[in-house]
Amino acid sequence: MTGRWLSPRLVCLAFALCAAGCHRTAGPDRVVTVWAMGREGEVIERLLPQFRKLHPEIRVKVQQQPWTAAHEKLLTAVAGEATPDVCQLGNTWIPEFAALEALEPLGPNAAKSTIIQRDDYFPGIWDTNLIAGTLYGVPWYVDTRLLFYRRDLLAKAGFAAPPKTWEEWSRMLAAIKALVGPERYSVLLPLNEFEPLLVLAIQQPEPLLRQDDRFGNFRGAGFRRALAFYVEMFQRGWAPPVSATQISNVWDELGRGYYSFYISGPWNIGEFKRRLPPELQPTWMTASMPGPDGPGASLAGGASLVIFRRSRHKADAWRLLEYLSSPDVQRQFYELTGDLPPRRASWRDPRLAENPYARAFLEQLERVKPTPKVPEWERIVDQMRLVAERAVDGKLSVDQAGQELDQTVDAILEKRRWLADRGAAP
Amino acid sequence: MKPRAAAILLHALLIALAVGTAFPLLWMLSVSLMPAGEASAFPPPLLPSHATLANYRELFGREGIGRYFFNSVVLASLATVLSLMFNSTAGYAFAKLRFAGRERIFRTLLAALVIPAQVAMLPLFLLLKWLGLVNTYAGVVVPGMAGIFGIFLVRQYALTIPDELLEAARIDGAGEARIFFAIVLPVLKPILVTLAIFTFLGTWNDFMWPLIVLTDQDLYTLPIALAVLSREHVQDNELMMAGSVLTVLPVLALFLALQRYYIRGILVGSVKG
Amino acid sequence: MRVQRAAWALVTPALLVIGVFFFLPVLAALLVSLTDFDLYALADIRNLRFIGLANYWHLLQSPAFWQALANTAYFVAAGVPLSLFASLAAALLVNARLARFSALFRTTLFAPVVTTLVAVAVVWRYLLHTRYGVLNYALAQIGVHPIDWLGDPHWAMPAIILFAVWKNFGYNMIIFLAALQSIPADLYEAARLDGANGWQEFRHITLPSLAATLLLVSILTMAGYFQLFAEPYVMTQGGPMQSTVSVLYFMYEEGFKWWNLGSASAVAFLLFLLILAITALQLRVTRRAEAA
Repeated sequence: MTGRWLSPRLVCLAFALCAAGCHRTAGPDRVVTVWAMGREGEVIERLLPQFRKLHPEIRVKVQQQPWTAAHEKLLTAVAGEATPDVCQLGNTWIPEFAALEALEPLGPNAAKSTIIQRDDYFPGIWDTNLIAGTLYGVPWYVDTRLLFYRRDLLAKAGFAAPPKTWEEWSRMLAAIKALVGPERYSVLLPLNEFEPLLVLAIQQPEPLLRQDDRFGNFRGAGFRRALAFYVEMFQRGWAPPVSATQISNVWDELGRGYYSFYISGPWNIGEFKRRLPPELQPTWMTASMPGPDGPGASLAGGASLVIFRRSRHKADAWRLLEYLSSPDVQRQFYELTGDLPPRRASWRDPRLAENPYARAFLEQLERVKPTPKVPEWERIVDQMRLVAERAVDGKLSVDQAGQELDQTVDAILEKRRWLADRGAAP
Repeated sequence: MKPRAAAILLHALLIALAVGTAFPLLWMLSVSLMPAGEASAFPPPLLPSHATLANYRELFGREGIGRYFFNSVVLASLATVLSLMFNSTAGYAFAKLRFAGRERIFRTLLAALVIPAQVAMLPLFLLLKWLGLVNTYAGVVVPGMAGIFGIFLVRQYALTIPDELLEAARIDGAGEARIFFAIVLPVLKPILVTLAIFTFLGTWNDFMWPLIVLTDQDLYTLPIALAVLSREHVQDNELMMAGSVLTVLPVLALFLALQRYYIRGILVGSVKG
Repeated sequence: MRVQRAAWALVTPALLVIGVFFFLPVLAALLVSLTDFDLYALADIRNLRFIGLANYWHLLQSPAFWQALANTAYFVAAGVPLSLFASLAAALLVNARLARFSALFRTTLFAPVVTTLVAVAVVWRYLLHTRYGVLNYALAQIGVHPIDWLGDPHWAMPAIILFAVWKNFGYNMIIFLAALQSIPADLYEAARLDGANGWQEFRHITLPSLAATLLLVSILTMAGYFQLFAEPYVMTQGGPMQSTVSVLYFMYEEGFKWWNLGSASAVAFLLFLLILAITALQLRVTRRAEAA
């Protein structure tokens, strides 16, 4: 290797280094990068003009991520140390990112804040942001699930009010099925969504994981009861065994009476209002979830705003968080998206307080339960959905499903148990 | 069968096959010119009622696809230049310059062709993270700068260079560098064009690796951006078709312009066994 | 000596790149596959355990992995023969003595190969749409009820196979074309003098002359088809009911969705071993057939 032969290689190396270095030049100092998902990602930009007026020195850069790839994307960003400053994070994902030590604890900031006041938030929702007592996120909107239903069809089947108990609900489902015939159904439970089954499961007194979240509890009576009811709804022909992608348009299908009950979230209030024709508007309504023996619980879902630990603009990021959490901006956000605010102050606004569809959500929000806060949770519900799909298909009995699920879940939690035994569990 | 009947049958089959093959691409073009919502009808319309560029305007305007187009062009060009530099030198050396262990090294490389690239992907990600190349153009391009297939392609072609040509130059006192640049490179030109198209198309069309390495939206390539868009805009057929046209058209044009070279690459590649 | 030095100078950069960015990661993958590298280890490397072959053992007991394997096998077993058949048929048609405009047909049939997979997958997703898709419309004309191509677990894989064959057959067509053109014309003339018909010509001249090419092409195609990933990623996301989760899709989810790098690396090696074994088997069977 003589000197003169080194040069081409140096050129290559220089080229590679340049390619590495040139990709981004440092812009103005105070840039806060925000990742937001789906619809929120589109809308957040419209909330920002006021913030830019208040803080002209801070540049906010919004990047929209698709929901479907959000989880992979975020993990890859954490692994590759390419995280944004602020991010919208589904609150069930917080344990995972906290375990990765990717999130900045927000407790001290929140304690000092005059805008973000803990007591104003729904307690079940606030709690999902606490991991072992440390606050890692500020609730941005809530996303619990409840019933959307056809009032007229329910009335035709002989019922004046939505169900309070499973037993009552079953009678309604049977009556509607008898009314609409074999081509139509009583309830839509899309097989590609885990939420409907999870709602039923979380209503049970037994927890979904046992022994300090070290083992699955899906063999337990609670989950088996929930799964049995879920499977029954398909077996009796009350629910069509389809996934949401197979139904070209869930809204039109409710309008057509293809189904009469649908377990879904708040964003659908806006969708139904927009997509159903005026003459059908009086026919639909929302109701809180029925429970095994009385009004039931539902998921403390939603999204929080978090700050990543690697952020170099934490103070500015916190300013943005406070801005987005203020009741005024929250109200604006609700108008743009239909996402329900997590604070009671925002609910006192007449537009929300007098919205008949939102009332059921307010009622439900006082009865929400968080899911187990383990980093593996996302994986566990994914497995739960797959097993449930097979149970609906008749390939597994309810007992077998519970056992198989527990086996898988125990294997997923093995590392967690090992860490706990070493005293290192997050 | 009479020759005339046979000819008619043959051409009917050929035309049917060609139309069937080209249909998805033509349909894509047609739908991309339809106003929003028009394609979701039954029976599916084949031609726009009135052609419009609205979808393209929306892509370049609101969705900012110009940026992704730029990224794709830069990355594919960068990859092509690098691949030419690394593979042409190595391919020539393996073909024409004797050095200790040459055969053994080459055989090892060929054997490694059976290892799927995905095996290396996960640790490669961690390696790039360590090098600070995650979420950079370099992260996409650097791992593919030299490739076994590229070296092989150049080597097979370089084997046909007569040794006398090189010897004569050496006797005339030319240095190895001069020989490479003045004699070898011009002879290799056709295969280098082939290598360039292969690399350019490969990088342009690549999906999994940039999907993993690039986290910043500003760095997305067209296929990634398109995949993201298609998951968000499932209902917007016409818009997605316009995005597909923008992604496919450049590579299709490049191929049409240089297909002779491309096909040579396939044929050299297919005798590697 | 001078040549020797020059050779090393020319070869080293490429070898370095391949060594650092390919061989090193492959070795690392082998090591990682023997550990439980996961999210916790990513946060703190002290949470990493060496677990021997446990990843492989768990995979071989996991129904999800077997299903991914079965899906991939389905894709390969149906897709490769179909794809080869289409390629050969197209090559024979384009190469026919009577065919005119061969170059135009060849280019048209080849075009899908160079297109961007993600883009054309998006197009196909709409062609396959249950209600508004052109394919179901065409089928309706001959009295077939609409098929829920990408939503029905029985039809999702056939849809993906159809798409893959469309996308790929042009590539092998080019190779077959070259092989066909290298068959000496006098062989056919001699056969015709003996009164052979078209089928006999194909059976006794064309096919035997293509045997070597056919073997090579089938091995390459198979190795490629085993690496199915982007089609299901874009078209079905592995669904419905996991019916389009391929081995690589499984690896991607294990690795980049759940960050179980240990397990994902083991998946990659199992796939590698599988491809290797089947290739070796194919070569051996052919050699035996030739010897017989």
